[in-house]
Amino acid sequence: MRNICFYFQIHLPYRLKRYRFIEIGQDHYYYDDFQIEERIKAYVEQSLLPANRTIAEMIRSSNGKFRCAFTISGVTLDQLEHYAPEVIDSFKDLAKTGCVEFMAEPYAHSLSSVFDATEFERQLKLHADKIETLFGKRPSSLFNAELIYSDEIGEIALKMGFKTMLIDEAKHILGWKSPNYVYSHSYLPKLKLLVRNHKLSDDIAFRFSSLSLTAENFIRWIASLPEGDNVINLGMGYEALGITQPAYTGIFEFLKAIPYHAMEHQMSFMLPSELSKKNESAGPLSVPFPISWVGNDKDLTPWTGNDLQNEAIAKLYAVGERVRMCTDKPLLRDWLILQSTDHFRYMSHKDAWGTNYESAYDAFMNYMNVLADFLERVDAQYPTTIDNEELNELLKTINHQEAEIELLENELKKIRARKAKVEDSKK
Amino acid sequence: MKALMFGWEFPPHILGGLGTASYGLTKGMAMQDDLEITFVIPKPHGDEDQSFLKIVGACNVPIVWKENEWNYVNQRIGLTMHPDEYFWLRNGIKYDYNRIYTNDLGCVDFSGRYPDNLIEEISNYEAVASVLAHQMDFDIIHSHDWLTFPAGVFAKQISGKPLVIHVHATDFDRSRGQVNPIVYGIEKRGMDAADHIMTVSDLTRKIVIEKYHQDPRKVTTVHNAVDPLPDADSFTKTPRKDKVVTFLGRITMQKGPEYFVEAAYRVLQKTKDVRFVMAGSGDMMNAMIDLVAKRNIADRFHFTGFLKGRQVHEMLAESDVYIMPSVSEPFGISPLEAMQVGTPSIISKQSGCAEILTHAIKTDYWDIDAMADAIYAIVKNPAMHKSLQELGRDEVNNIRWQDAGLKVRGIYESVM
Repeated sequence: MRNICFYFQIHLPYRLKRYRFIEIGQDHYYYDDFQIEERIKAYVEQSLLPANRTIAEMIRSSNGKFRCAFTISGVTLDQLEHYAPEVIDSFKDLAKTGCVEFMAEPYAHSLSSVFDATEFERQLKLHADKIETLFGKRPSSLFNAELIYSDEIGEIALKMGFKTMLIDEAKHILGWKSPNYVYSHSYLPKLKLLVRNHKLSDDIAFRFSSLSLTAENFIRWIASLPEGDNVINLGMGYEALGITQPAYTGIFEFLKAIPYHAMEHQMSFMLPSELSKKNESAGPLSVPFPISWVGNDKDLTPWTGNDLQNEAIAKLYAVGERVRMCTDKPLLRDWLILQSTDHFRYMSHKDAWGTNYESAYDAFMNYMNVLADFLERVDAQYPTTIDNEELNELLKTINHQEAEIELLENELKKIRARKAKVEDSKK
Repeated sequence: MKALMFGWEFPPHILGGLGTASYGLTKGMAMQDDLEITFVIPKPHGDEDQSFLKIVGACNVPIVWKENEWNYVNQRIGLTMHPDEYFWLRNGIKYDYNRIYTNDLGCVDFSGRYPDNLIEEISNYEAVASVLAHQMDFDIIHSHDWLTFPAGVFAKQISGKPLVIHVHATDFDRSRGQVNPIVYGIEKRGMDAADHIMTVSDLTRKIVIEKYHQDPRKVTTVHNAVDPLPDADSFTKTPRKDKVVTFLGRITMQKGPEYFVEAAYRVLQKTKDVRFVMAGSGDMMNAMIDLVAKRNIADRFHFTGFLKGRQVHEMLAESDVYIMPSVSEPFGISPLEAMQVGTPSIISKQSGCAEILTHAIKTDYWDIDAMADAIYAIVKNPAMHKSLQELGRDEVNNIRWQDAGLKVRGIYESVM
């Protein structure tokens, strides 16, 4: 029996405002609230709400047979809570049906999995906590930002307790292998890998209207796949429903018709966690260098392809350890927001998808000005002359000083008491 | 194919960008083996590079029949033209130009510059064109800038051959809107008569269509390119403590020098390790010195005066940033030259070269905040400097005149 696994990614970065160098050290607010609100409202109205309604209806009309998964970045959840809490409610309603799964991802939709493993773990935990509070269930599948995956990242994921990870169909990894099987980590068989079917996913996300796709045809394509191809992963950005493919193209009707035609062909829908539980691995996949879901090369070049990007990333992650020692809340929040992958994508010369800047240089200048101010604030927390290890020791001493004082005072009392006793006995 | 071109300047004796562009374009076109170019200029000096085209000096072309000995002609003009050619061209005199003052050879003494009686020189140039049009054999006429439009139009009327004109600048750029009606008239008549108009940028194309009322189908943009600099590596940067930001060009309203001073003032409020250089001379130089003093940044702001030849490239190579805040620039070749020697450029969006450059920072000429931000980013971020330097150099080295030449060739063929 063929299983279709739908999953959607929802991420919207915080847009930075135009931040001139003259403001460094003066202005510590970096965000363009107007643009952020504008974008989130458009996303909510055109995509999130109608798409959630569609999915709720599909679940209802199929008696819970239709299932799908979501991954919502932490920064997006923050924006939704602020600007459109009704969307959170609508996701909560979906969660109550039991037919949807919320997956984990680094809170800030960051590249931390590649550049700062400690930060990656911290953000996964932060995100899992948030998902648990909102939707009542701790995620067990991991959808890393931009589907970035390598053996090393898989190892961290398994260590963190994730049993399933989603990856993209990268030709140089799969070779002749079909994406439509469940695979496993190259040396840790406990971690199952689900490979996104690149062609079929993009047929919906990017080519739906140009192909004049119908649900009937689409399911027939899946049905005509070779024998044994039993796991079809269809992953895409949620904005495909309603923005990339606007409502008038009939994308929502297409979706509604999917369960009917799928059931006609005896196909079922499954969640990522169910897939990996119910399927044995067809074999390990070795991924020594990180892959992502962008471009033809499926590598990290959209974020780390030029000197500007590398410089910005290096400067940012150089202070990771130091920032994690800070307790200043606004600082920690900015630290997360500044890590979103989008900021670096905008600095790409050839692939600045979704950019609001005129050029890669423009994006770099603005980001670096913001970062300069941020770094000054980090320095202001603790002097740079002290290195991290020393600082850590000092912090420990400071944080424990009360307990220490109490301990010593108690000791002092005892000694005094003993002394008094000795003197008493002498008399 | 034979092309007859009318120009005004040709290196090494040049006064502005027109000569450089004429040279580059003809050199790029000469890569096409079946193209023969005859380039007419008012006054050659004899040291022009004629390896790829033939230069005809208008000052050697007789327009009034005078009897002279072969030896005497040789002695007079032998340096720039063969006497046989003089006698041959003399057969092309079909009109009576006795009203024009000529010398003992029946030729006009052109200055080849931009004198006060420029309008008169232009019409004398037209007379020369008539002789050439009668006597020479060519397939197409190509006129560079308004000074040569009347000559081109006249040659077209005589020979019936198609005329293309090349607009390197319009009077709207030069005067910031306050056009000289005589110049406008000459420009407009030339454009009306032309079979096709080439402009150096889309910006200029728009002006030609909107202000000169030309049919958009008749106007095509052929962006300028830059001649490869064979000794680019010989220009080095002396290591120094302070970063250098340079403005280079005529210090005049069109080039926007005051925006550079204001941007410098903003940068210096934040950092002290930057020096600003304003190279060149012009009518606004004293005003700029005053402004610098008023802003109290004179200790960090330097004027070099007029630079020429190798000094220009040396100055560019010594700089960390080159800035061109022009208010209106039909093309603007200097940022390309700066990028050739590895200096990142900041250019105004109101300049034509912005249309073809990716690895340069573009700002509005009036947006001094953005300009200051860009300067600050380049001098403070080595990655930014390196990126602009390396990618910019590659980019500029790929903007080649021969591609522009091919585009011009396509236009020739479309009108023939």
